[in-house]
Amino acid sequence: MKVKISVSNLNFYYGKTQALQDISLDIPEKQVTAFIGPSGCGKSTFLRTLNRMNDIIPYARVEGKVLLDGKDIYAPDTDVVKLRRRVGMIFQKSNPFPKSIFENVAYGIRINRLHKNKTDLGERVEKALRDAALWDEVKDRLHASAFGLSGGQQQRLCIARALAVEPEVILMDEPASALDPIATQSIEELIFELKKNYTIVVVTHNMQQAARISDITAFFMLGKLIEVNPTKKIFTNPDQKLTEDYITGRFG
Amino acid sequence: MERRLLDQQLNLLRDKVLLLGGTTEKALHKAMQSLIERDSNLARRVLEEDEIIDQMELDIDRFCIEILVLHQPAAHDLRLVISVAKITPILERIADHASSIAEAALVINNEPQLKKYIDLSLMSQVAAEMLRCALDAFTSENAVLSREVIQKDNIIDACYKRIFDELIEMMIEDPMTTNSAARLLFVAKHLERIGDYVKDICELNVYLTEAVFIKHSRVF
Repeated sequence: MKVKISVSNLNFYYGKTQALQDISLDIPEKQVTAFIGPSGCGKSTFLRTLNRMNDIIPYARVEGKVLLDGKDIYAPDTDVVKLRRRVGMIFQKSNPFPKSIFENVAYGIRINRLHKNKTDLGERVEKALRDAALWDEVKDRLHASAFGLSGGQQQRLCIARALAVEPEVILMDEPASALDPIATQSIEELIFELKKNYTIVVVTHNMQQAARISDITAFFMLGKLIEVNPTKKIFTNPDQKLTEDYITGRFG
Repeated sequence: MERRLLDQQLNLLRDKVLLLGGTTEKALHKAMQSLIERDSNLARRVLEEDEIIDQMELDIDRFCIEILVLHQPAAHDLRLVISVAKITPILERIADHASSIAEAALVINNEPQLKKYIDLSLMSQVAAEMLRCALDAFTSENAVLSREVIQKDNIIDACYKRIFDELIEMMIEDPMTTNSAARLLFVAKHLERIGDYVKDICELNVYLTEAVFIKHSRVF
C-alpha cells in the first residue's frame, strides 16, 4: 500500500502549550483513515497540520515533518494555496458560500483557472456534484441559493466544492456530526465511494462511524498518538489498553 | 458499583452461561447415573429437564442480541458476547446428548446388563471433568487451562475406540447382545461427541482471551 502522507516526529504548540507530542504516522493512499479520541486530544489539530490549516492561528508552531508524496509540506518553498488544493478540507458545520449551488462549486475551479471555457466549467461542476452524490437532487435548481439545501445536502455541496479543484487528499473534521441518521448515512456511503479515487482522513467522535467507514484507525489521547492499526483490529483486539478502555467506554 | 450499564449486562450474561453450563453438567451426570445405576426414573427426569435447558438457550440468545443492539460492544466486550452466542448452542447440544444417553438408558435398563460399565463410566468422568474445566476456563478467561482441556479430548477418543472394539467383539461372539451392545455403542458415541463439543468451547475461550481463532488449526 502506497503511503500518501508520512508524518514523523511532529510536535505542535499553541504558544507555550504543546498540543501534539512526537506524532509519527503514515496515511495510506486511497484508504480511509479515521482519527478518534476524547475531546481535546489533538486529533483535529493534527488533521489541520496535514494541509497547514493551523498556519492562520497566531502563535501556532510546528516541528517535525509532514511529507506529501515524499515532499515536506512545511518546506519554505511550499505553495500553501496549491497544497490546500491538493489536500482539501471539509468541516463539521457545512459552510456554503452565500451564492448559488452552481457558483459554490464553480468558485474553486474559477480561481484556480482549471477550466478551458464555459462549457468545460459546467461539465466540471456537474462532475463534482455527481461525485458528491448530489447532482440528481440539485440539477433542476443549480442557480438557486445553496442555503435552500438541507443540512446533509449542504455538506455534500461542500464536498463537491472540495472535489471540484481535483484534490488528492480530503480531510474531514467530523463531517456528519451535525446531521441526522439518514444524511449521515449518505455522507458515509459517499466516503466509501470517494476512497476509490481519493485519500481520506476523517476525524470523528462517533466510534461506530469510524468502525463503519475507515480502513485504518488512529487513537489519540492528550496530544499523543496511542495506537494506529487496521480498524478491524482496533475494534476487536486493540494492542493498547488505553485504546480498549476508550472504545469500550471505560474511560475516566 | 459497576461503572457501566454494559458491565452489568455482561456480568449477567456470564452468570446466565454458567447457570446453563452447570445445568448441562448435571444433566450429563444424571444421564450417566441413570445408565450405570439402572435408574429409569432418573433417566426420565433428564428428559423432562431438557426443556429447561432449551429455554435457557433461547433466553441467552435473546440477551446477546439485546446487548449487541443496545450497547454495540467492541474489543473484549464484543468477543465475550460473540463467544457466549457460540458457546450457548454448544452447551444445549451437550445437553441433547445427555438426553440421548438417558433415552438409551430407558431401553438398556429393561434388558439384562451386558457388562460392568467401567469404561463408559471412566469416559463420562473425563467428559464431565473436561466440561467443568472448560466452564472454569471461561469464567477465569484462562487460555492455558483451555488448551490443556483440548488435549484431554485424546483420552476420550482413545476410550471410545476401546469401547467400540470391545462391543463389536461382543456382538460377533453373541449376536443376542446386539441390541444392547449397539445402544451402548451409541452412548459411547454421544460421550465422544461431548468431548468434541467441549473442545469447541475451549477454542472459543481462547478466542475470548487472546482474540485468536485456533479452530481448524493444528497450532494451539
